[in-house]
Amino acid sequence: MTAAATTAPATTTRGVGKPSRRRGAVWLGLTPFAIYVLLFLAIPAVLAVGSGFFSSTGSFTFANFSAFADPSLQTDYLGTLGLSAVTAVLGAVIGALICLALLATSPTGFLRTAIDSASSVLAQFGGIMLAFAFITLVGTEGVITQFLQNNLGLTNNILNSFNGQGTALYQVAGLAMPYLYFQIPLMVLTFMPAMEGLKATWGEANATLGGTRFTYWTRVGFPILAPAFFGSLILLFANSFSSFATAAALISQGGLISLDIRNSLTSETEIGQQNVAGILALEMVVTMIIVMWVYSLLERRASRWRR
Amino acid sequence: MTAALPRVGTSGAESPRVSRPRSAAPRVGATPSKVTSRVILIIAGVLFLAPLVSMAAFTFHVGTPAAGQAQALGFQNYLNVFNPANELTYDPLFQGIQNSLIIALFTVVIILVLLLPAMILIELQFPKLRRVMEFICLIPITIPTVVLVVGFVPVYRTVGQIFGATPYTLAFAIGIICLPYAFRPIAANLAGVDVVILSEAARSLGASWANVLWRVILPNLRRGILSAILLTIAVVLGEYTIASFLSQTTFQTGLLQVNQTDPYAGIIFALFAMIFVFVLLLIIGRIGTVRGGRPSPRRKSRTS
Repeated sequence: MTAAATTAPATTTRGVGKPSRRRGAVWLGLTPFAIYVLLFLAIPAVLAVGSGFFSSTGSFTFANFSAFADPSLQTDYLGTLGLSAVTAVLGAVIGALICLALLATSPTGFLRTAIDSASSVLAQFGGIMLAFAFITLVGTEGVITQFLQNNLGLTNNILNSFNGQGTALYQVAGLAMPYLYFQIPLMVLTFMPAMEGLKATWGEANATLGGTRFTYWTRVGFPILAPAFFGSLILLFANSFSSFATAAALISQGGLISLDIRNSLTSETEIGQQNVAGILALEMVVTMIIVMWVYSLLERRASRWRR
Repeated sequence: MTAALPRVGTSGAESPRVSRPRSAAPRVGATPSKVTSRVILIIAGVLFLAPLVSMAAFTFHVGTPAAGQAQALGFQNYLNVFNPANELTYDPLFQGIQNSLIIALFTVVIILVLLLPAMILIELQFPKLRRVMEFICLIPITIPTVVLVVGFVPVYRTVGQIFGATPYTLAFAIGIICLPYAFRPIAANLAGVDVVILSEAARSLGASWANVLWRVILPNLRRGILSAILLTIAVVLGEYTIASFLSQTTFQTGLLQVNQTDPYAGIIFALFAMIFVFVLLLIIGRIGTVRGGRPSPRRKSRTS
């Protein structure tokens, strides 16, 4: 409301003449961006989700929904949820601990800036390169795998014969290792502002009222941080759920929904597979909408304490 | 009660009633002790450096050792990368780097020509649309890129008919992925600078709108804009999903391709790309910290 009021003078200083026509011209200024978003965000999103409702010949159908009955796609969906949940919980807990440790460092110091930048690199830029790094560490010929094999005499160890299916890194469960390397940094990035929002005066108030550090955490710290913590945890879940590059570099078949989308899009042998990609896209979007809805609820609670 | 408060504030030294071994006032807030903090950070640091160090070590490997032998080390792989004889092997990678840099340039142009003017216009004329703009710019985080790509495939069939099948058109799709990253720093900058008041002041002094934009608004937003540009470049260089689904060669798809024939080259480039982006983001971080130190009125007087 106040913001709207302050813009009023901006139009009147233009002089007496025709504010309405100028208003129209200003609207015109927004159209290039609107057209861009329409063409490359709205249309692709609608096409992606909508293509699931059409057959390969272009007629409307619900037949593609039979993909949900495919046991391997069901396993992959559950596998994706499981991997996302495990890496989100571990990432959130470890990330929160690192945030706590960072509180003792100077907010403008080099260490904090460097950790921020490194976190951004790993959280947003990792992808393929993170996969490479893990191949050299715990891949079949990786440093740790070789160490277990040659120096500790474990010819069959957890890294090279995991679950009876060979190298752990190339299986969905093994993906948890590289995934944590972008989940933990993402937690540091998203949770740090909440951690920094803990006011020193609250600790002092707790102390003057005779509280210990234990009561500080149980009565003040945890309750205040809880919404932000669970909000970040959900963001991590969503991040893991929608990530593709790391998995694609390590696993050539299916196993995750995002990999199944790749396989059905590139499938040349089975007709109609491309529309299955649409159904899987729909499945992902619906999951993400539920997840983000919960996130927005928590975010609303969390922001209460941030002022 | 009130007497206790300043004691906590003045760190240490004179607190006669608290019999702590030495130094430091009693910690009452969330901040852990220096020792706890160090221990956690060192453990995390070692764990996080491990894959990167093993990656760096791998680039110095020469050949595969016979059983029981130590790994031979050398700069052979680095020399190979720049050896013209191997040009054909590394072609997808160099082609990909070139494509990615040009795509990055186009994407930055999209951000500057489409996103930035829209954000400034909304700030000046349609503040009610601010929430809508934020919502639109954050959608690409909610919709997984793999999902968007399912829709990009048919869209790019049309794009290909108009522009031809060049990799540079990927900038349109990647620009969408960059929206959240470009939006945030510019929005944060806009929130800190009252562009409405500034433009009114400039207008009342007789500046034309072009002058207001070029000499008042843009100079005040340059930190946000610079961060947006650097983040956009980082996102473009790291983008894999879109390029791989639309079968174009970019830096990331090139990396994966070359890695299959020559893992050393792939890993050398991956390592240096990560370092490059780290430095890029370090620059952004420094821009952020510098902001606190410099008062804004001085900047204004210089620019207008």
